[in-house]
Amino acid sequence: MFDRIGKALSGTGHRIIDRIWRFGSAARMFVYVLLSSADSFKRIRIVTKEIYSTGVLSLVIILVSAFFVGMVLALQGYNTLQKYGSSEAIGVLVALALVRELGPVVTALLFAGRAGTAITAEIGLMKTTEQLSAMEMMAVSPISRVIAPRFWAGVISMPILAALFSMVGILGGYLVAVPIIGVDSGAFWSQMQANVDFRDDIVNGIIKSVVFGVACSMIALFEGYDAPPTAEGVSRATTRTVVNSSLAVLGLDFILTSFMIHT
Amino acid sequence: MSDNIVEINDLSFGYNGRLIHKGINMVFPRGKVIAIMGGSGSGKTTLLRLIGGQLRPVEGKVTVDNEIVHEQSRDGIYRLRRKMGMLFQFGALFTDLSVFENVAFPIREHTNLPESMIRDFVLLKLNAVGLRGAHNLMPTELSGGMSRRVALARAVALDPAIIMYDEPFAGLDPISMGVICNLIRRLNDALGATSIVVTHDVHEMFSIADYVYFVSDGRVVAEGTPQELKNSTAPFVHQFVHGEADGPVPFHYPAPDFKSELFRGYDV
Ligand SMILES: Nc1ncnc2c1ncn2[C@@H]1O[C@H](COP(=O)(O)OP(=O)(O)OP(=O)(O)O)[C@@H](O)[C@H]1O
Ligand SMILES: [Mg+2]
Repeated sequence: MFDRIGKALSGTGHRIIDRIWRFGSAARMFVYVLLSSADSFKRIRIVTKEIYSTGVLSLVIILVSAFFVGMVLALQGYNTLQKYGSSEAIGVLVALALVRELGPVVTALLFAGRAGTAITAEIGLMKTTEQLSAMEMMAVSPISRVIAPRFWAGVISMPILAALFSMVGILGGYLVAVPIIGVDSGAFWSQMQANVDFRDDIVNGIIKSVVFGVACSMIALFEGYDAPPTAEGVSRATTRTVVNSSLAVLGLDFILTSFMIHT
Repeated sequence: MSDNIVEINDLSFGYNGRLIHKGINMVFPRGKVIAIMGGSGSGKTTLLRLIGGQLRPVEGKVTVDNEIVHEQSRDGIYRLRRKMGMLFQFGALFTDLSVFENVAFPIREHTNLPESMIRDFVLLKLNAVGLRGAHNLMPTELSGGMSRRVALARAVALDPAIIMYDEPFAGLDPISMGVICNLIRRLNDALGATSIVVTHDVHEMFSIADYVYFVSDGRVVAEGTPQELKNSTAPFVHQFVHGEADGPVPFHYPAPDFKSELFRGYDV
């Protein structure tokens, strides 16, 4: 009996220590990445190539999702607002929900699933096939040649993707609200313009997506770099990327929002 | 300046406390082709990684060009590695780059040569391994043997002073094997380099090596010129050179008696 409790306790303890240990290694890798970033900006071509494969290739899924999210927002919003006779406020509601929350958060979640997993699998496979070892033996640091460019590509892509998400989402909301439901087009846009604040809404949204960009890229890269060099190890690492990125995004979102909303 | 570009003194190394090398001594004189032979799992790849500074010895030291590898800073190790080229056992080509870009990689990273010169260098190296015509292919479009030849071209792209080959012949047909074998010798002499070749192919290696080390169970069990070793009567060398199953090197990983394992759980 006590034996089993003891075992369970020590198992939990081991897992916690393991988590802390991994978090420490991830933090150390983050510092290395920052230190070797000057190097990767000197070879900007590598960064742009990575922006293409992380950012541009995520565009389709992100834009299509944004369109549907915007349409649903308009439907749901209209349904509630018209009860209070303020259905022209639909434009504001859609825009604020997208710019402040859904744009950065949903983009980051989709990014983790589309680009993050791809990054983890790629780095993990490069490790498994000794490509990273070979690079080290050629006196080229994998951190500055492989990891840092992908990190910056993610950090740069994320806010742009989130902005596009919000834009297309608003377009989707417009299509449902104005031509289909029949809200006045002038009211839709003018209310939106009057009530969306640049500093409080747009800049805060951008700050969020930059933070999510750092978190998602770093998690994807670390999981790949840290994966055991086997097929199973890489597949587990890919799963962990999605799980950890999603949790990190939602947790960080709460923390950032609570700082941004003044009561 | 020492005559030996690489020296290994009383080297011990192990993974997770299990010793793989137990006091190894080897010297690699400049300009020579030296072979390291030994059974599977005897720690040959690990030895090359120790020379390259990817692993730290538990005891003893590795000296490259009069500098002790594990006492160097990171920059120091990178400086030493620029003198080395290594052919990995499984090629380790960069799968996102074409054959041409793979060979160009070390040149682009470490020099500022104009594109036209890089092109000439790369095609020259690829020509030497007989794959100039394949320079547009991606690594996934190559056979195992072709990958290894590209990896060889990449390893010598910067004309290193020390070239390490990990099993250069595995997976090659007899013709390419002969060609690569002679290429190792010719490259070595043309570049004035020192070659360290890890291999199982006694016959090929004895035809080009200047000196041969046999390792087994973490120790150097025999060494000498190919001629000396061919005439050796030491049982280990005899077994290895003549490929006999019985002898001091066991073919089987330690296991319980086969018969008792087969019939475990039955009444016999
Ligand atoms: N990363 C590692 N962690 C733990 N043990 C390892 C690791 N790499 C190798 N080993 C062990 O070290 C020993 C030597 O491995 P090594 O790869 O150097 O052998 P080798 O002589 O190159 O064999 P082969 O001829 O089959 O390539 C093996 O017993 C192996 O199990
Ligand atoms: Mg090996």
